[in-house]
Amino acid sequence: MQPPPTRQSETEIITAILAGETQLYHELIRPHERTVYMMALSFMKNEAEAEDVAQEAFLKAFRALSTFRLESQFSTWLISITLNEARSRLRKQSNVRIQSLDEDPDEDRPISPALLRDWREIPSEALERMEVRTILQQAVSALPEIYRQVFLLRDVEELNVSETAEALQISVPAVKVRLHRARLMLQKQLTPLLKATQPAQKRRWIPWS
Amino acid sequence: MVIDCKHVWGYISEYIDGSLSEETRRMVQNHLDHCELCSAVLDSTRNIIILTADERVFELPAGFSERLHARLDEELRPPSTSP
Repeated sequence: MQPPPTRQSETEIITAILAGETQLYHELIRPHERTVYMMALSFMKNEAEAEDVAQEAFLKAFRALSTFRLESQFSTWLISITLNEARSRLRKQSNVRIQSLDEDPDEDRPISPALLRDWREIPSEALERMEVRTILQQAVSALPEIYRQVFLLRDVEELNVSETAEALQISVPAVKVRLHRARLMLQKQLTPLLKATQPAQKRRWIPWS
Repeated sequence: MVIDCKHVWGYISEYIDGSLSEETRRMVQNHLDHCELCSAVLDSTRNIIILTADERVFELPAGFSERLHARLDEELRPPSTSP
């Protein structure tokens, strides 16, 4: 992931854009393109639609830039705009998937992980196999929406807990609970699959301390 | 205090993030030191987090940036001053 620009320089760029140097907007958003796209994809589940939502979010953010409060974080502001755009798009579609955004029917039931002792392959080696990438993408997109969003922001885009809470407009404890459930759901589903894709001869062990 | 496997699973995520209280962390650590099954759960969860964070898993579609910036250009261009 590209390191985000420092807060100071981001603030300066925004001030300059508002003063008329609109071309700087290209520079401002470059570090955030992936996050916005991933957020859109977490709703739309279809690359073309996600791309459209992402473009629209960047346009809306530009038009609303004068309402951005410089003391807040540009990335989380962008994410909320993306979220609103995705939600309103879904509402407009006639065949909206009827899934509550805020409820998990099993919220109180603990998740049991997969209990397999011998999948400890070195992750970077596993990723050289296309099959593994596809398995991972599918498992993440199959997560219930509220877990997928938290997981994508925390573990894929690596936002911290409070940034994630702010972006999704949920509490910090809710982020932690959802993240925990998302991670265990993925562990449960993926561990047996990933273990099965592991080439027998190349089995290696990670020495986690 | 000794805790069982099911309790440990409930702490896995916060254990990975290092956000448990010192007391709880030590309790979980003690269990993990002696339980092969739970340390395998921890390792596989941690592996999955490392895997999904890798940029090769979730990539932007080819040409995404170019299309985005082209669309923005239409918006950002100052009003034309042609005669």
